[in-house]
Amino acid sequence: MSKNKKTLLISLVLVVLMAFLPLFLVKDAEFGGSDDAGSQMVEEIRGEAYEPWFAPVLETALGGELPGEVESLLFCIQTGIGVGVIAYCFGYLVARKKYKRDDD
Amino acid sequence: MSKNEKRLLSLSAVLSAALCVPTAASAMHIMEGYLPPVHCTLWAVICIPFLVAGVMAIRRTLSEQRRALILLAMSGAFIFVISSLKIPSVSGSCSHMTGTGLAAILFNPAITSILGIIVLLFQAILLAHGGLTSLGANTFSMAVAGPLVSWGIWKLGRKMNLNKKVTVFLAAFLGDLFTYCVTSIQLAVANPSAQGGIAASAVKFLGVFAPTQLPLAIIEGILTMLIIIGLETYAKPELRLIGFFREGEAR
Repeated sequence: MSKNKKTLLISLVLVVLMAFLPLFLVKDAEFGGSDDAGSQMVEEIRGEAYEPWFAPVLETALGGELPGEVESLLFCIQTGIGVGVIAYCFGYLVARKKYKRDDD
Repeated sequence: MSKNEKRLLSLSAVLSAALCVPTAASAMHIMEGYLPPVHCTLWAVICIPFLVAGVMAIRRTLSEQRRALILLAMSGAFIFVISSLKIPSVSGSCSHMTGTGLAAILFNPAITSILGIIVLLFQAILLAHGGLTSLGANTFSMAVAGPLVSWGIWKLGRKMNLNKKVTVFLAAFLGDLFTYCVTSIQLAVANPSAQGGIAASAVKFLGVFAPTQLPLAIIEGILTMLIIIGLETYAKPELRLIGFFREGEAR
């Protein structure tokens, strides 16, 4: 188990480093949404502005773009739902192993 | 220098090399309205058999392996979490991972396609991320093609007796990368470049995606591996039920 724990620790440090180091390394970058870069490339290849033929339903309903703060709220909700389920399941599994004598 | 210190040093060297990759811009799911209607329909149609097989597989799991439900829920939740995290990359823009490797490894690409399309629908409707018209194309890249690669590599690695953790890492890592290769090709087919046609613009789109996605794919591989380690420790009976272990492997 201690070997697993070591793997766990090193991996987590690696993940955090890889996720956040770019912020410090690439100083003048915007870290903008990735979709925009894709649409820019589409225009570059076509050599003209591309007009999407369908707008997102929510933007049509709102009559404009979703406010950035609300968008991050929705992203948080998505993360929250996922983390909640995973944490619940792992909690269940860990407790089951801990309190069950004849563990298999 | 002790062995561990050496290992640490070489690890840091690899990391620094990985982070010094030259920079470019990036992208994620195909945006709403960015694929011509014919392409949208075509990609959606290609996904249909996978989705149908997925519904059948999930129903079978629910009726025959009820205890495996917890693994199914966790695989789905994993996709939810992983694909909601936009992570800055060395290229100077953000992208996010797919998270579909876990479901593909534990179950199969068919089941993964259902879990993936749920997330894509959530993001397309509520977040204007991806899109309803491009849902078919995005489903194909993230929930069909990527998982197929992950699943194939996992099966291959098992057959070749590779280390299980390494295999899990590789499966998730390459599945994530392949998703973006497919996205590039989808965009390229819709936007062939004036000189060089589809191939030339595929290379261009790949050039946009690859530098951003590479570090993220590594992170995805690591996270998937960690979840599998956790499950192997705490969910042995369920894993055995879905045939995760080979004969004689699980005590």
